[in-house]
Order: sequence, then C-alpha cells, then structure tokens
Amino acid sequence: MLLNEFLFLGALLFCTGVYGVLARKNGVLVLMSVELILNAVNINLIAFGAFRDTIAGQVFALFVIAIAAAEVGVGLAIVLLIYRNRRSIDLTDVDLMKG
Amino acid sequence: MPSLLAAAHLDVAQNVAFGFLAASMAVAAIRVVTTKNIVHAALYLVVVLAGVAGIYLLLAAEFTAVVQIIVYIGAIVVLFLFGIMLTRAPLGRTANLDNNQRPLALAVALFLLGLLVYVLVDAFHSAHVDALHRPLRVGTTALVGNAIFQTYVVPFEAVSVLLLAALVGAVVIARRD
Amino acid sequence: MFFLDNAWLTWALPASAFVVILFFGRRLPGKGAEIGIAAVGGSFVLSCAAAAQWIGRGTIGEGEERVRGAVDHTLYTWFSNGQVKVPLGIHVDGLTVMMLLVVTLVSLLVQVYSTAYMHGDRRYTYFYAALALFTASMLVLVTSSTTIFLLLGWEGVGLCSFMLIGHWWEEKDNSDAALKAFFTTRLGDAGMLIGIIILFFANGQSFDIARLNRAALSGGIDHTVLVVGAVALFMGVIGKSAQFPLHTWLPDAMAGPTPVSALIHAATMVVAGVYLVARCYGVFWAAFRVGHHPAWHGISYVAVIGAITIVIAAALAFVQDDIKKVLAYSTVSQLGYMVMALGVGAWTGGIFHLFTHAFFKACLFLGAGSVSHSGSHHSFDMKKDMGGLWRAMPITHATFVIASLALAGIFPLAGFWSKDDILLTAGKNGYNAFMVVGLVGAFMTAAYMARTVYLTFYGEHRGGHHGGQHSAAGHAVDAPHESPLAITVPLVVLAAFSVVAGWLNGFGVHWFAEWTRNEVVVQAHVPEYKFSAPTAALSMAVAVAGIGVGLLYYLRHAFGPLHRATERSSLARAGYRFLLNKYYLDVLYTDIIVGSIKGAIARGAYWVNQRVIDGAVNAVGIGARALARFTYEVVDQKVVDGLVNGTGASAEGGGSVLRRLQTGRVQQYAAFLFGAGAIGALALVLYANQGAR
Repeated sequence: MLLNEFLFLGALLFCTGVYGVLARKNGVLVLMSVELILNAVNINLIAFGAFRDTIAGQVFALFVIAIAAAEVGVGLAIVLLIYRNRRSIDLTDVDLMKG
Repeated sequence: MPSLLAAAHLDVAQNVAFGFLAASMAVAAIRVVTTKNIVHAALYLVVVLAGVAGIYLLLAAEFTAVVQIIVYIGAIVVLFLFGIMLTRAPLGRTANLDNNQRPLALAVALFLLGLLVYVLVDAFHSAHVDALHRPLRVGTTALVGNAIFQTYVVPFEAVSVLLLAALVGAVVIARRD
Repeated sequence: MFFLDNAWLTWALPASAFVVILFFGRRLPGKGAEIGIAAVGGSFVLSCAAAAQWIGRGTIGEGEERVRGAVDHTLYTWFSNGQVKVPLGIHVDGLTVMMLLVVTLVSLLVQVYSTAYMHGDRRYTYFYAALALFTASMLVLVTSSTTIFLLLGWEGVGLCSFMLIGHWWEEKDNSDAALKAFFTTRLGDAGMLIGIIILFFANGQSFDIARLNRAALSGGIDHTVLVVGAVALFMGVIGKSAQFPLHTWLPDAMAGPTPVSALIHAATMVVAGVYLVARCYGVFWAAFRVGHHPAWHGISYVAVIGAITIVIAAALAFVQDDIKKVLAYSTVSQLGYMVMALGVGAWTGGIFHLFTHAFFKACLFLGAGSVSHSGSHHSFDMKKDMGGLWRAMPITHATFVIASLALAGIFPLAGFWSKDDILLTAGKNGYNAFMVVGLVGAFMTAAYMARTVYLTFYGEHRGGHHGGQHSAAGHAVDAPHESPLAITVPLVVLAAFSVVAGWLNGFGVHWFAEWTRNEVVVQAHVPEYKFSAPTAALSMAVAVAGIGVGLLYYLRHAFGPLHRATERSSLARAGYRFLLNKYYLDVLYTDIIVGSIKGAIARGAYWVNQRVIDGAVNAVGIGARALARFTYEVVDQKVVDGLVNGTGASAEGGGSVLRRLQTGRVQQYAAFLFGAGAIGALALVLYANQGAR
C-alpha cells in the first residue's frame, strides 16, 4: 500500500478538525474537533512508524492518546466551569479580551 | 506521478478495507463538524475513532488499535457525552451550533488541505508501506512494551505525572466550592 | 515440608479475613471478631506447624557451617521486562519462622483481648478488619524473598498503623497523631526506597534478598555503593523502628486503642525495622564492617544510632505520667537495644531480644489497658488515677510485675537472657563503649519500670470519679475490679512466655541460636559466644541496682535532696523541662525546620518583590520621567509638535480600523493563527522547492 493513502486520510481528518475548531461555537464540539486533529496526527505517526520500520511511531501515538485523555479531562472541566459561571458554553460569548 | 489506483503491490484486500474505512471516516468526520445535533456529533465521532483503530490494524499496530478503542471510544467519548449532559446542551436539532465565521474557517481548512496534499504528493509519491508483509512483525505488542519501558521510560514517567496533574487539575477546576 | 513450602498461607488467611470482615462483618453475630480470631488462630497453628517442621529439618554443612537450608519459592512473577524479573516469593528460614510465631501469637492474643476491651465500640467491625489486614501485611513482610515484596508489607503495616492510631479520629489529637506517625515514617521510607533501588542495581538488577546478601558478603558489590545503599536502607529502619531522631511519632501513636499499642507499637510493626536489618544483614555487615576481626573493625553507624536511642528514650520515660507513654519510650529504648545489638555483631542477641521483648512488652501494654479498662475509669494517668490497685486487680498486678521484671532483665526471666546475650557479644566483639551504654540503659530501664509499677499498683489509690477520655465501653463501674477473662487470659499467657521464652537460649542451651541460624550468618561468620557468668552477674547487678534505686526513691523517699529538686534548683528544673519537652525535637521539626523554610521562602519572595522588582520598576519610572521631561521640553515642544498634530488624526483612524480585529473572540484568533501558519508553511515549501531545484 502507498504511504500517501494514510497521509491523505490524516490530512483530511486534520483539516476537518481545524474547520470544526474554527467554525463551532459550542465548547464540547470544539473539543471533539480537537480530538479529530489528534487522531490525524496519530495516523501520521503510526504510518511513518510502519514506513520507517520502527516501533517509535506506535510509542508516541500511545503517548498522544494518554495526553489526549488528560486534555479532554481538563478541557471539559473548563467548559463545565464556563457553563456554571455563564449558563452557556457559547464560545462567542467568551470575549473578555475584547479590545 | 503514479496514480493512487495503481498501487504497486496488489494488496487488494487491504486496499478495499482501507477504501471502505477511509470513505466512512471522511463522511463521519465531516458530519462531526457540520451536524446540527450535538449528540449525533459525538456518535459520528465514534465512527471516526473506530475507523482510526481499523487503520491502525492495517498498519499492523494492533496494540495501539486496542488502546484506541478502549481509551477513545470507551473513555473519552463517554466523557464527551457527560459533558453534553452536564452543560444541558440542547439534545435535538439546533440551528446555532456554528458561529458566524464559517466561510473564513472553510477557507483556512481548504487552504491547509491543499497545501498538505501538495507537499505529500511532492515528497512521498512513491513510498510504500508494507507493514503487513513481514510475518515476524505481526505481533508488535511485546516490542511496544519493551520500547516504552526501556528506551522511552522517562517520557513514560513524565506522561504518568502529567495524567496525575490533569486528574487533580480537573477536579480542582470542576468542583463546586 | 508442607508448612514451610506453603508459608504464604499464613498471610493469605488474615488477608481473606480482612475482605470477609469488611463486607460481611457487620451482619455476623460476633460483628466480625470471630472471623478475625479464627483466621489469625489458623495462621498461628500454621506457624506452629512450620516451626515444628523447621526444627525437624535436616542441616547441611559441618561444624561452624552447619545450618538449616532456607526454603525459597517464587509464587508468582509479577512482571518481567527484558532480563529484569520481579517475582513475588517466599523465603522461609529460622528468622522467618521465629517472626511468624511472634506475630501470629501476639496478634491472636490481642484479638481475643479486644473482644472485651473494644466491646461496644462504634467501629468495632472496622477495627477487626484493620487488625486482620495488619497481621496479613506483617506476615507478608516477614516471609518475603524480595525487597519489593517486603516493601509491600512494610507500607501495608504503615497504612494499618495509620488507620488504627486514628481509630477514634473524632478527637483532633488522635487524627493528628495518626498523621504524624504516617508522615514521620514516610520520611524514612523515602530513604528506604532509594536504598532498595540502589541495591537493586548493585545486585545485578535483582530484588532477591538472599542473592543480595551473598553478593555483599562475597565482595561482589563495590563497598562505597554498599555503604550508600545501607545508609539509605537504614533510614527506613530509623523511621519504622522509631530510632533517634525520628522516634517522636511512637509516643504520640499511643492515641490509638491500647490493644493496637500492644500489637503494633510494641510487639510487631515497630520491629519491622529490626527485622529488615537482620534480614539484609549481609549488607549491613559488609557495609559497616561489623564484626570481631580487627581489620574489619569500625564504628558502626547502626550501633551509634541504636545507642543514642537507648539512652535518650530511657531518660524520657522518667518524666512521663501517662503509663502508656512510659511504655512507649521504653519500647523506643528497647528497639534501640535491638538495633545496637545488630550494629555490634550480636545478630542472635538482637533478634532474641526482639523475640522476648514482644512477649513482655505486649503483656505490659495489655496490662496497662486492663488497668485503664477496669481500674482507673479509662484514664492512663499514673499520678492522678492509679495507685494501690494491686489488691483489686491481682492477675493484672501479677502479670504486670512479671513482665516488668522481665523487661528490667532479672534472672531467670526472658529479658535477662536476651539482654545478657547482647552485652556479652558487644564486649567480646570489642565494642566496650556500646556495652557500657547497654548497661546504663539496663539500669535506667529497671529504674523507670520500678517507678511505673510503684505508681500504678502501690501506694494510695488516687482514682477519682471523673469519666475517662476514651469511654469506649461506656459502662461506669465505681470501684476498681479485676478485668474479665478475655483480658486476663492473654495477660497470663504473655506473662508465662515472658518467663520461659528466654530459656530457649539460657541455662546452657542454645536452641534459639541454633534454630534461627541462617546462611547469611554462616557466610558472614557472625560470632556466637557461650554464656559468661561475670557479664551476666554484672548486668543482673545493674538491673537490681536500678530497681533498688527506683523503689528507694519512690517507696522510702530515699535520696532526700533529690526530691523536689526541680523546685529548688533551676538547673534541675531546666533539665526536667528539657526532658518534658522531649528534647524540643518536635519544636525543631514543626516550628524551626518547617517554619523557617516556610518563612524563608515567603521572606525571600517578599524581598525580591520589594527590592528587585519594585526597584527595577521605580528605576525605569524615574528614568522614563527624566527622559520624558527632556523630550517634552526640547524635542516635543519645539520640533515634533507640528508633525504630531498632523499624524495624530491619521493614527486615530488606523486604530479604529485595527480595533475591529481585537474582538476578544478566541476562535477568530485561532482562524488567523491557522491561516498565518498555513501561509508560513506555504512560503517554506516554496522556498524549499526553490532550493531543491
């Protein structure tokens, strides 16, 4: 199989995730899109690991999975906090940094 | 530039499986970021994540595939569903899940995709992955274990500390005091 | 050899009892106590059978080398990685069998005793669950063949100790004491963990203790590494066995119920440190060059710590009014004895003292509990609530006196033989200074036990009618009376052992020494000495003198000038206060060390804040003001003004345009970020392609 098959799939997932992060205003949906990006990266890591015939790709994919779990945990905690303070998780409302 | 369809090895079964997985993942991923129903988004995410696990299997990374299913589908998606419930998100169709910069987002995403495709075609147009062709490589779990606990033991410990910090941090942030 | 091969059954029984009591204890008629007693009783029977098989086991080697071979089994490989294997196994030799007997017997008696003492307690079932878990952990500790499995038991007993000291956690003092015990021992455990890791690598990446001892004794491990590893390992011993300077937690641990004090803080858990030194004796022997050979002779760090502990703890025992605190300091002092014994090469003496001490100290603690249960309305204050109890509580009185005499080292009770063995070996090995410290310790021990016995059982009865603090049973009986059978029977059994336990190695027989000999002792050529009458006479005389002085002082009010010395002499008062405040070690730890670190960090941060940051800010401010005035007066007024007025208008226009970009909306920023990143990547790709061509 061609390496590019996997890399194209990864690129597609990555760009879908980027679109989601930019265009969604619900906090939970933004976090889901971040997961798409992380999975795209993982596909790349494992595909390159298989291509280079090294186990390191898998090891780092596992690390990314662990870190993704941590990120979702903290991210959802922050979303919950925002919800508790504002009764909404609409990210367009969170604009305290407005100039 | 050889076309995709003329893949060198005639891995018919693998290519069929890949095509099926890739198509369903692409559709599901796009639905995740466009659907009007937030619970459906989480369910489409499950399809994408399961597809990713299938891709790992195609790349002979069976341990990572299992971890993907356990951690992502078993834990993270459930966490998302909890997040949806706890923030009392509207469970049915809702119109206003997107903000007003969709054109900008679409432009950025498509631009990135074009750039990536161009770079990939330029760099790896004839690279082959034949992970499944080496019989000795079929079971990689032992190799992963040895690599994690020998070569990468320090990052491993760092990740465990990070998980602990995230655990404590999430509790501290989310608790009501 | 069924019982030796399957020594793991001894801890499997109480461990499963723990689970059963935890889940079903409340629903059982005996509230879980019967499960605990049955399980520990089963363990005791198994231990006795193991001891019988051990004694019947054939020996290997000839003459000096004669020894019973240890039983070593791997139960289960926890995990293996590359060439490193982490097995969980049992290692049974004479030392293990001796510990099995002591732990199961004392645990059994304490559990029986607790049915009466803890009757009606609000967490009765929980108490029995913790006791069962404690016994299981301790048995894991003594049967383990690897340091890592030993650490599991070690931390298990620490956890149970924490749970049981804080059993009545509603009172803040009790939960504070539990935390103090936990954290103080944890301090030592940090060192111990480092020691285990160092010795793991020194031992060719193996946790096996028998292999570690062999490697250390045969010179297979570099001496410097061995010393560092042994010192680190000994930190764990200092914490767990309450040696100076981490002994401060043990007296506070008396906040727990009395049976717990007897079981954990006298007979079993605190001797875990002593056991560790005896088990890894090859390491300590080689690291500190213990022994009688002149070329090997050095001041042993282990012996020094032990000797300091003996004296300072014994001195503290004189100023305590709480009977349990006296016994606690006595325990610390006796643990110092054991550690010092191991430090001067008296391996047999050290563990023999561990063996005998377990019986008489458990008897003393349970006796003190009996007094408070039935004689002094749940108080432990000797000066306020006791005195003259011997008539009302004959069995408690008799057993307490026997155990006190055994502790003081009176012929022919148990303590005499073990203490004598230590002093003899210290002298013969050339550690004369340590022998003198041992004799001083023996004198002080005899004297403070005389004081304790006198204040508790003789003289006027001083008991009032106020309620005690620990009203566990909640029943008020007016006059002091004898305790029920569940309390007196354990006392009698322990008192009997306090008499006869020493005969295993006394009156010319050396059964104990022969039975506990293991391969490490043989390989190290740890010397054994036959009983010597002059040393025995000396230690006996010292003990009798101690009792005599104590009794004369309290009973006959002899040494008149010394009485009320604290009221007349400021020096005596200062010394008394110094002892009463436990050498100010607690103040040192909590106020000075912790306080100064906390304060210093805060002060340092404040200083940096005031001087450096403020200074920098002020300097910048002053400089900026001077510059501004110069600019204003010279440049601005004359040159720029005209220009600025023109550009001002255009800047305002530009600002209002750019302001629209600062929306504060994160996602818009993210879109710019991704867009800019993509454009940057595009530029990079184009540039790279250009370079490639």
